[in-house]
Amino acid sequence: MSTATTELDHDDHHHHAPSGIKRWLFTTNHKDIGTLYLWFAFIMFLTGGAMAMVIRAELFQPGLQIVEPNFFNQMTTVHGLIMVFGAVMPAFTGLANWLVPMMIGAPDMALPRMNNWSFWILPMAFTILLASLFMEGGGPAFGWTFYAPLSTTYSNDTTALFVFSVHIMGISSIMGAINVIVTIFNMRAPGMTWMKMPLFVWTWLITAFLLIAVMPVLAGAVTMVLTDKFFGTSFFNAAGGGDPVMFQHIFWFFGHPEVYIMILPAFGIISAIVPTFSRKKLFGYASMVYATTSIALLSFIVWAHHMFTTGMPVGAELFFMFATMLISVPTGVKVFNWVATMWRGSLSFEVPMLFALAFIVLFTIGGLSGLMLAITPVDFQYHDTYFVVAHFHYVLVTGAIFSIMAAVYYWLPKWTGKMFDVTLAKWHFWCSLISVNVLFFPMHFVGLAGMPRRIPDYALQFADFNKWISLGGFAFGLSQLIFLALLIKACRKQGEPVSAQVWEGAEGLEWEIPSPAPYHTFDTPPVIK
Amino acid sequence: MKKIWSGVLVILTSLIAFTVSAESTSTADQYQLNLRKGATEISGQVYDLHMLMFFICVVIAVLVFGVMFWSMIFHRKSRGAQPANFHESVKVEIAWTIIPFIILVVMAFPAAKTLIAMEDPENSEVTVLVTGSQWKWHYKYMENDVEYYSVMATQQEQINNKFEKGHNYLLEVDRPLVIPTGKKVRFLVTSDDVIHSWWVPDFAVKKDANPGFINEAWANVIEPGVYRGQCAELCGKDHGFMPIVVVAKEPAEYEAWINAQEEVQRKAKEEEQRLLAMNMSMEELMSNGEQVYMRACAACHQPNGQGLPGVFPALVDSEMVLNDMAAHIDIVLNGKTGTAMQAFAKQLTMRELAAVITYERNAWGNDTGDMVQAKDVNAVMTGQ
Amino acid sequence: MTERSSNSQSNNSKLVLKLVGVVIGMFGFAFALVPLYEVFCQVTGINGKTSDTAAVYESIEVDHSRTITIEFITRTNTGMPWEFKAQTRKVEVYPGEMNQVDFYVKNTTHKDYVAQAVPSVSPGTAALYMNKTECFCFNNQPLGAGEEAIMPMKFYVDPQLPKDIKFFTLQYTLYDVTASAEGVAMNQG
Repeated sequence: MSTATTELDHDDHHHHAPSGIKRWLFTTNHKDIGTLYLWFAFIMFLTGGAMAMVIRAELFQPGLQIVEPNFFNQMTTVHGLIMVFGAVMPAFTGLANWLVPMMIGAPDMALPRMNNWSFWILPMAFTILLASLFMEGGGPAFGWTFYAPLSTTYSNDTTALFVFSVHIMGISSIMGAINVIVTIFNMRAPGMTWMKMPLFVWTWLITAFLLIAVMPVLAGAVTMVLTDKFFGTSFFNAAGGGDPVMFQHIFWFFGHPEVYIMILPAFGIISAIVPTFSRKKLFGYASMVYATTSIALLSFIVWAHHMFTTGMPVGAELFFMFATMLISVPTGVKVFNWVATMWRGSLSFEVPMLFALAFIVLFTIGGLSGLMLAITPVDFQYHDTYFVVAHFHYVLVTGAIFSIMAAVYYWLPKWTGKMFDVTLAKWHFWCSLISVNVLFFPMHFVGLAGMPRRIPDYALQFADFNKWISLGGFAFGLSQLIFLALLIKACRKQGEPVSAQVWEGAEGLEWEIPSPAPYHTFDTPPVIK
Repeated sequence: MKKIWSGVLVILTSLIAFTVSAESTSTADQYQLNLRKGATEISGQVYDLHMLMFFICVVIAVLVFGVMFWSMIFHRKSRGAQPANFHESVKVEIAWTIIPFIILVVMAFPAAKTLIAMEDPENSEVTVLVTGSQWKWHYKYMENDVEYYSVMATQQEQINNKFEKGHNYLLEVDRPLVIPTGKKVRFLVTSDDVIHSWWVPDFAVKKDANPGFINEAWANVIEPGVYRGQCAELCGKDHGFMPIVVVAKEPAEYEAWINAQEEVQRKAKEEEQRLLAMNMSMEELMSNGEQVYMRACAACHQPNGQGLPGVFPALVDSEMVLNDMAAHIDIVLNGKTGTAMQAFAKQLTMRELAAVITYERNAWGNDTGDMVQAKDVNAVMTGQ
Repeated sequence: MTERSSNSQSNNSKLVLKLVGVVIGMFGFAFALVPLYEVFCQVTGINGKTSDTAAVYESIEVDHSRTITIEFITRTNTGMPWEFKAQTRKVEVYPGEMNQVDFYVKNTTHKDYVAQAVPSVSPGTAALYMNKTECFCFNNQPLGAGEEAIMPMKFYVDPQLPKDIKFFTLQYTLYDVTASAEGVAMNQG
């Protein structure tokens, strides 16, 4: 399968894989790197999840039982940072590494050595962040949004480590994004035109552009925090002529596109899975592409809806309210398209489809509460309460994370060549589905009743629901151990061998290569019909 | 398929089950599931808007999920469903772009109307300057010579599960804000250190307190009553422990109250001057000092004076506490710019300040033997 | 095939260069947001900050058809042990008319301090029309131990002020900037 030319292209392509740790340290193979990313994301998911367990244990009943308020704040902060930058984003990057080359008929990512780097600096970043928890004064305790001046003048010295680790995470994401863009632009097989690309490739391309547009802005924001804290600048310090609210503008200029970075690839995954198990082509492919693009563009003009209570003039509030409401139109189009794909299809309910269906229902619930949050006057009541916490966990846990699980179940047989343990998978699905709703649904109620977020203790009228929320949380945490067991079994290559197509209705280049996918695929470009 | 239905059933029953169980075991009477209508006309409008949005969302959800569940039931492969072939329809796609857009425009009108009303603080009759600091609120009546700090009143023992928790656990303060009913009261909100957010759900008022900047909000409370809220923006360690309590009184009662307060505050100042001449004994200083310390200092420097390493400095064996009395008095009075150390000159009386400084210099083995009297504090305060 | 892959190699580098350019540009953009935000605020009044440079009063037609009420709030921040009061708590002015309000400060301590006053206006839009020709907030204000001073602020309200604003609040917060002012003096000296 080797030719002299590909040898030039990717020099260590064929020196057959050094074994053991070296194989993983020096690998430039997109499948290896994809696997690394996915395992790393899963470990981070469990780490961030463990912090969520600490939070839920403290909130199980009123009063302070387990942790001090200052440590509680570190837990909420690091939980958020790890889940966003350590779990969801690397998982999507891992999926992109595995799937984008196979979906567009490319032999590998365009920049394999940079690919290796962009992965291996990530564990460094999180080691630094987690290490800061054990230092004097503890880790970051100002929320993952690190609002100034709490994160500048009033934070402790480990803030420098926080800034440094966010920089590294940013560099990693940017390198990953550049790799995806270059791969999609330059490495498509002949005949793989733009409008023939699978939606996962499309959504990732748009995500990658969002990443290179906003991750540098985040880097800028943390740099300003660093210089404000340690080098006497006054970007956010009123005494020196700065403005603390400006921090929020800069942060959310990054932060809102970031939200879509964490959901657009999910749209691509669902758009792959629903047609397969409906045995029917995706409804409205072109409108899906346009909807994704318009969501991405709109995401740049809605940032201030996170800041309605900071005291903006009415005109600005109205503008951001209308712009935000507008986003629900293209998002609605996507949901309608998925439902229309299922309509008069021939449906079956394998595990990936179960997760995809749960995604559609629960993500829509999160989307609808998002629409309610867009209405400025009512947002004054919802803002910074558990209603918001419920909203973004519906979108990120039952949205982004369920889509990642759906993707893993969908493509896992292709990666390992064996069908995963379906019984365990169904246990995982049903336990997760039920517990996640016990966990997050009552948060709507306590939020509306007036419980602020990020508090280690609460008034008595919130006690009953919080008990249920905590129980749901523990159950959801335990359910993920089923997933861990299943993944370990799958990696040991246990299970029934599967065909190349794996799923009856699956279509696309990745289903035309044998299962398990060989170490090198598409050394000769495939023919696109 | 049965599994999906049983799953849905399980979710629904579990939701209902714990709603009911929560309802029956609820300890507080203001237990609720939904947003409150609140105590002002605006908060009522906000509630209506919330319900309108909620029902629109429910209708959308029922329609979308209805179609989805329909195909999940009737277009199943196991029922022998054959897939249809369509995969686009310009008409349908345009329809479901335009119709949601129209719904949004309809929703935007009442929202904009309420918003504009909320952001119009003109013609107010009472103005209160609300200042947040770590972790207390300060209220200053702009029309009267009355100002005071409002600190959470829940005992530390309740929080640490040593005493039984009271009815208004974490939602009670030593001195609530008092406002008149039936009048437009304007709140000017600002902060001394980090960003806080002044939130009273019954008024639908939530405004960020930004250091160096002011924000405005207003409320016109209809019924007299006690309204409770909390800080809504993460502001450091004790963010969860800075509640807000507002007491709304009939205008006449309010007038009487505010006049009495003016009198009380004037008298307190006179009394303070009179007491300057009186020295306190070491025992008196230490016992008063301990009380003041627990109330005002222990949140950061900790009850044992050890602080939180890397966050709040220790007072035990501190160079300043052991050796530099002038600097010690100065930092307690005036705080330290750019740190969480606040200025206590206006928060405590001179006697309290003297007591707490004496306490810090003699407790936990510091044993300097120094006594600080109110007149020493006064000397630093007035620059003599 | 050889040609294709070397082509794609150079295509890759070109694209990577462009993307890296975008990344560097966006990093710069984050910092450009600081002045942009200031400009944006000066255009929209989004943060309610008044201009920090003196306006020039040109004989503007005074609008006698309406009056504007301005309320002054004075605060000292943590670590700033001065007395600070507006001599007038509220003024009623005609748009276009020159006015002066005096502020009283006293350093009650036995140390020298340098203060910086930070203005803030609510509603923010009004800040755009609040033109100060002379203000203590344009510069640092040093005051020796025990000294007191009257600090004037001369201003006029632009007659262009939207009709629906009849009332606005101007707050000054005094910050202790002794340390940084000394740093600057050392550098210059």
